[in-house]
Amino acid sequence: MRKGDKKMAIAKQEMLALNGDEAVAYAVKQSDVDVVAAYPITPQTIIVERFSEYVHNGEVDTEFVCVESEHSALTACLAAAATGARTFTASASAGLALMHEILYVTSGCRAPVVMAITNRALSAPINIHCDHSDSMVERDASWIQIYAENSQEAYDSIIQAFRIAEHPDILLPAMVMLDAFVLSHTLENVEVLSDEAVRRFVGTREIPLVKNHKGEVVPFKLDPENPLTMGPLDLYDYYFEHKRQQEEAMKRVPKAIKQVHDEYAEMSGRRYGNGLTESYRMEDAEIATVCVGSTAGTTKTVVDQLRDKGTKAGLLRLRTYRPVPKQDITEALKGVEAVAVMDRAHSFGGHGGPIFHEVRHLLYDSQTRPPVVNYIYGLGGRDMPQHLIHRIYKDLEKIVRTKEVEKPVQFIGVRE
Amino acid sequence: MTSQKKGWKDLPIAGVCWIPSTEYITGDWRTFKPVVDTEKCTLCLLCHLYCPDGAIHWNREAEEIEFDYDHCKGCGICAEECPVTAIEMVRE
Repeated sequence: MRKGDKKMAIAKQEMLALNGDEAVAYAVKQSDVDVVAAYPITPQTIIVERFSEYVHNGEVDTEFVCVESEHSALTACLAAAATGARTFTASASAGLALMHEILYVTSGCRAPVVMAITNRALSAPINIHCDHSDSMVERDASWIQIYAENSQEAYDSIIQAFRIAEHPDILLPAMVMLDAFVLSHTLENVEVLSDEAVRRFVGTREIPLVKNHKGEVVPFKLDPENPLTMGPLDLYDYYFEHKRQQEEAMKRVPKAIKQVHDEYAEMSGRRYGNGLTESYRMEDAEIATVCVGSTAGTTKTVVDQLRDKGTKAGLLRLRTYRPVPKQDITEALKGVEAVAVMDRAHSFGGHGGPIFHEVRHLLYDSQTRPPVVNYIYGLGGRDMPQHLIHRIYKDLEKIVRTKEVEKPVQFIGVRE
Repeated sequence: MTSQKKGWKDLPIAGVCWIPSTEYITGDWRTFKPVVDTEKCTLCLLCHLYCPDGAIHWNREAEEIEFDYDHCKGCGICAEECPVTAIEMVRE
């Protein structure tokens, strides 16, 4: 439903038993995608496996391109997107790392490719299980990053991602992350919208106009009838200006995410905070944790247990990491007395993990400037059980009590 | 120079070219320029075919080849390929 339309009642939905990968494939099936190019890698494989079945069965009108590597998968999507097509791919870990070069080419060419990432650890030693190292390391590639907490959110986020990425004021690619196995291979009740409702929501890709080399105003897409050059040699005289434009596009993303999220919420009845962050029992929280992904679900249970005992605990879940929701983080944490950031990725030799860097950095400018500590957890799929999260909140209580931080950065759940 | 170039607010996105490449002068990259000896040249036009910049033209009226020095970068492929060594690379 577009803004300005009459309010609609929540759309009729069907409950399906889907794992995270299947939920993603289902969302892509409904989103009227023109081109999918992908290469299999655990734990993402089910996404494109299911999708190739939809293609085989004639359930979608999508060109499915089998390629020989992830580098080519993203290149094919980029090229298709440059012609105005709606495109999708999926990857993880080493596959995403192999795409690294083309991630920058895609955003630089302002190609709104949507990609699902099932977060998996990077080798070596080889490991197929969940951590966020693969996508966190791509934070600087000018891609929008949305982290899902559960498979339902993965489904919803994929549909929203097409609208956000293709927004004519943005035109940046978007990744939607879901945790390997915890979500990708775990069966969950997922409410799905009708094909028609999703199709109406995503609409057709709107192509903005641009001036070509003859001074003519033409659609921003590769078309033999209206030749256009994208992403050519761009040296010290213009490259910097083009990068500056990308940052400007990123600045417009939070508004678009909120808007698309609101529209989607009206249709589906599902809301994830304000689309950028989700505050869980943060109203009067004295101690709080910050995290992304499925661990937020476990943490909510821990917060409930602590609240039952009278501890004023809260959770701030980041749904987007790029762009980082600056205002929301500062606003949500301004009244808190101590904050713990949980990172499922580590920057070796740095001072803590990637989310910690952002949160602590942002709070430096806040009036209250609460102590912010960091816990690196769950690397290579190591479980993050409730008792470890309880320990983090206990540490925060101690920091509030003693006003002292013993260890600003530590690992949790690793054997000594 | 910088002040005459478009800023990020006016530039088309994605590096889309807003002027034809023929207007983007690259001849000043050159250190050596090709010069043809019209006595030796047989007008076989191999140089025209090999030129990566399309900077060698056949002037039918004058029955000579011509170099587009606005775009010739001085790579020297024409001189290398000329079967009768009619092209010499001369320092600018």
